[in-house]
Amino acid sequence: MSLDVILVGLAGVLTSAAPLLFGAIGETISERAGVTNLSMNGKILLCAMGGFAATLATGSIVLGFLAGAFIGGLVALVLAFASITLRQSQVAVGFVLTLLCRDLSYFLGNPIMGATGPRLSTLRIPLLADIPGLGVLLFRQDIMTYLSFLLIVGVWIFIFRTRPGLLLRGIGERPSAAYVRGANVNRLRYLYTIVGGAIAGLAGPIYSLSVKAGWKGTISGLDGMGWIVLAITIFGGWNPFRAAFGAYLFSFLQWLGLVLQPALPGIPSQVLQVAPFPLMILTLLFVNIGNAEWVERSLARLPERGRKRVVKILRALNVKPPSALGTPFEKE
Amino acid sequence: MNVELRSIRKTFGTIQANAGISLSVPSSCIQGILGENGAGKSTLMKILSGFFHPDEGEILLEGERTIITSPADAIRLGIGMLHQDPLDFPPFRIIDDFILGRKGGLFPDRRRAGKELKALAAQFGFDLDPDAWVDTLTVGERQQLEILRLLWLGAQVLILDEPTTGISQPQKEKLFATLKSLAGQGMTIIFVSHKLEDVEFLCDRVAVLRQGQLAGTAAPPYQTSALVRMMFGKDVALGARTAAQPGRSILSLEAVGIDGARLQIRDVSFRVCAGEVIGLAGMEGSGQSLLLSSCAGLTRTVAGHVGITDCDMTGHSYHAFMRKGVAYLPAARLEQGLVPGLSLAEHFVLSEGRGGPFIDRRAAAAAARERIDTYNIKGAPSHPVEALSGGNQQRMLLALLKKELSLILLEHPTRGLDIESTLYIWGKLKERCAQGAAILFISADLDEVLQYSDRVLVFFAGRMSPALPAEGLSVERLGELIGGKGWGAFARETARA
Amino acid sequence: MREGSLSRAALRAAAIVLALLLATLVMLAAHAPPLAAYANIVLGAVGSWDVAANVLVAWVPLLLATAGLLITFTAGLWNIGIEGQITLGAVFTTWMLRGLQASSVPPALILACAVVAGMVGGALWAMLAGALKTFGGVNEIFGGLGLNFVASALNLWLIFGPWKRPGVASMSGTVPFPPALWMVTVTPQSRLSISALVIALLGIGLVYGMLRGTHFGLRLKAVGRNEKAAYLLGVPTWQHMMFSFALCGIFAGLAGAIQVTSVYHRLIPSISSGYGYLGLMVAMLANFNAALAAPVALFFAALNVGSIQLPIVLRQDSSLAGVLQGTLVLFVLLAQGVRQKLTGKGAT
Repeated sequence: MSLDVILVGLAGVLTSAAPLLFGAIGETISERAGVTNLSMNGKILLCAMGGFAATLATGSIVLGFLAGAFIGGLVALVLAFASITLRQSQVAVGFVLTLLCRDLSYFLGNPIMGATGPRLSTLRIPLLADIPGLGVLLFRQDIMTYLSFLLIVGVWIFIFRTRPGLLLRGIGERPSAAYVRGANVNRLRYLYTIVGGAIAGLAGPIYSLSVKAGWKGTISGLDGMGWIVLAITIFGGWNPFRAAFGAYLFSFLQWLGLVLQPALPGIPSQVLQVAPFPLMILTLLFVNIGNAEWVERSLARLPERGRKRVVKILRALNVKPPSALGTPFEKE
Repeated sequence: MNVELRSIRKTFGTIQANAGISLSVPSSCIQGILGENGAGKSTLMKILSGFFHPDEGEILLEGERTIITSPADAIRLGIGMLHQDPLDFPPFRIIDDFILGRKGGLFPDRRRAGKELKALAAQFGFDLDPDAWVDTLTVGERQQLEILRLLWLGAQVLILDEPTTGISQPQKEKLFATLKSLAGQGMTIIFVSHKLEDVEFLCDRVAVLRQGQLAGTAAPPYQTSALVRMMFGKDVALGARTAAQPGRSILSLEAVGIDGARLQIRDVSFRVCAGEVIGLAGMEGSGQSLLLSSCAGLTRTVAGHVGITDCDMTGHSYHAFMRKGVAYLPAARLEQGLVPGLSLAEHFVLSEGRGGPFIDRRAAAAAARERIDTYNIKGAPSHPVEALSGGNQQRMLLALLKKELSLILLEHPTRGLDIESTLYIWGKLKERCAQGAAILFISADLDEVLQYSDRVLVFFAGRMSPALPAEGLSVERLGELIGGKGWGAFARETARA
Repeated sequence: MREGSLSRAALRAAAIVLALLLATLVMLAAHAPPLAAYANIVLGAVGSWDVAANVLVAWVPLLLATAGLLITFTAGLWNIGIEGQITLGAVFTTWMLRGLQASSVPPALILACAVVAGMVGGALWAMLAGALKTFGGVNEIFGGLGLNFVASALNLWLIFGPWKRPGVASMSGTVPFPPALWMVTVTPQSRLSISALVIALLGIGLVYGMLRGTHFGLRLKAVGRNEKAAYLLGVPTWQHMMFSFALCGIFAGLAGAIQVTSVYHRLIPSISSGYGYLGLMVAMLANFNAALAAPVALFFAALNVGSIQLPIVLRQDSSLAGVLQGTLVLFVLLAQGVRQKLTGKGAT
């Protein structure tokens, strides 16, 4: 395989990671505020269908993306209302929403099944696109991929460097302390849940207008991506950079699977198609196993030096969710 | 700032927390608010700091009627409250915790804020590194951080809710010095406590609350007996000390090592006999919780041996310890000790274990009623446990203990309880000792440690003192040890031995 | 007390009306005639003895899945992996049938072995999710979900690989088993098996009794509501979690076994038919109450069966049933929240 082919392939990895990034970073924002939005899987499908339908109807790609963000925000609003105002379980409502959105996308998308529509074109950045190697890799992408790069950095700066970002972390860690410091916890949680939902909603149109252009209903191959996104959020430890690493790793491994498939005829295609899911379980296993009781017990039997080394590795892998994730806030 | 509260009333459901309390505090004054748990101190202070709105009554600041809508509003008006468990962000860096809540531009100037934090800290002799993590601080240091933060936000009235619980003696001295210097600068300090000694030492004047009403006020020189009468409405005699008659060996630790998240305990050995009560004292996170939980098999030891009544239990699980007659009562009663949503009767069924696959509901209710009566719990067998008050939840935990026990381990057995419940609980625990059980308990209340223990183990930064006889140990000496002073003597003793 | 249950009923009714209203709006948005669609669903579910029998056929696996889920819900677990557990139940059943069909073992015994194998398969797959949760710290939602995809891939691979039909592999599944290995149905053409129906009803009854009146049920409840306290009170918590996973897996595997032996008589690609996810919805709509689960499951089964004809008659996607079910559960959850807000009680 020549270098050029590899570079093009890697550029494709960056493109196909873009929807994962939008999803995971949107979810990161929402969870940093203390709200788990489990509706991701259905939401991506509904936003993909809605965005594609809007573009078909209007001919405008921009409107397609706006529709995706709008639907994502709307679904998040339902979740916020049910979990923040009505204090229902975030998991229960999120799960119902994920199934409902999926069926809605299949039902409403029935008329536009298989239709062909416009798709996002690549945007060569002048001069930079001609740099050997890097140009192919980074600067012949579509606008959403560029935006995904900006999103990683921008959201990281927001969360860890700005004053509102500090408050965002505060309401997810200890809402009562944020409250006495003047935060309107529930209003902010609404805001960030909806903003996070809208950002995650963009993942849908990125699929239907770019990565897997069109709407093919149940055979779109999108069902399940939302769960991968949620797993990346956890793997990313609620940090945009670590989440980006997770997203790129996943799409790289998927690409590797496709490339290697002809070389490994013994492995049936079904196995490669679902490879991301055991991978998802494994990564979650790596970041969580340090918390398990039996690990602690067996570590206690190790000699002192070896134990310290293992503990260090486990701690580095380990992620800790925002302390108030999933719990409603009430001022006494 | 002059603060005045006028006939403040606040009712929660059927409980009248504040029944028309009026109080006026001038600036430069350290006002003590004394009262038992449930006397209405916290409610009154939360009204002043904007947490609650009074049902009736008004607040005057500098003589002007003011409506305080929220804690943030209160701090804008210059009223800052330091909560018993400081309301900070343990997973954050100190500087982030310090900045959070202060208005300003999009990008906070961390360097400048850090300098200001250091300058403020230097003023009071505090030592806080802006880049350190909040969860590495002791409770005392977290209080210092909160005080500095409130001052930085321009607080002129400082409310402190039970600030001396869980901090060391030197930290307490530092805190008191700080408060006196602040009052000297014209600040209004409101010091809420149920500890007579602290209030008497620090406050320029004292208001005593009882059952939601102002029971009286006092000024120095204080008469302790008068304050006690105001607090309880009667004289209270604390139970007499009873010396234990040590019996057979119950718990033995030999060269035990434990690895905590942040702390290591090494080479700890001691022995506890039947009938003994051992108090574990130390600043929070000094190792006493780790040791207590490893005596129950809840935390694994990494070295040495743990023995329960002559059996080596090293490495066994809590349930194996339970079968040897060990019981562990956590501090967080509703979070860790009881199951919200299950009734009292169901708890008894749960702790009694099996006896056929099916539950005999009638027998269970009858058995529950009997225990409820024996332990004087205010509740019915069918009530869910979360409906019980704190004191009744603690009684419930005691009632759930098995009949035959050899070792009872308790974390903060009377935290948040009124004096009556405290006496009752210790009465029940002493009964257990008389029946041949040994008790190990952690308490932040030094008086409780000295009052009820036969021997005391002091912890400092993962080190454990030898078992000190409680008789002859003074609060001052204990306070020093907790703060890390006077440990040299033990080394000399060991060397001689 | 009566007033409370009255307002509860009123709120529930309001939730159902609102859900129907929303579903109607969705249909209008999709240019579907709502009245015709509703009529079609009703007729499709109770229009004839045949379709009514089909509703019962769908009721059986749904009820079994719900019964199992009530156990894991009681232990505080979201066993989303139930889809995969149904699939593995079907795979194990098929494997046993394939292994024994040429032997001289009496058909009734083969059938029994196959059903037991299905239960074992479901239980093993569930315990895998349980082990990931208890020993690996992997949230059961993600572990279960990942295992669902793996199970469905395994199923596809078997159908297109080792177990493919002679000649050409196809989406229609493996070669059907001889009728001697089918569960007895009411009529030879029907797919409704009385014994399957009895098994399902027995199952839900068993779960009802177990959760209400046994020490095991009470301990599960304690684990579900406060794991730490349950442990301190002497309940072996991880063992109870694993056991509840295993029990749920047994029910799921049983559902899979019945799908193979009495409904399809072979292994097909989407053998679990979404009954696992639907069971989660049923449990939620029934407010985790075993007594309510049976009627709710029947209603959901009717919606599913009733909408099968939609694509043919009205050219609408049959996912309308899912839309209806989803909006119903969503609005009932919202109504529950409103009621708790009005009565001032927190979520339990």
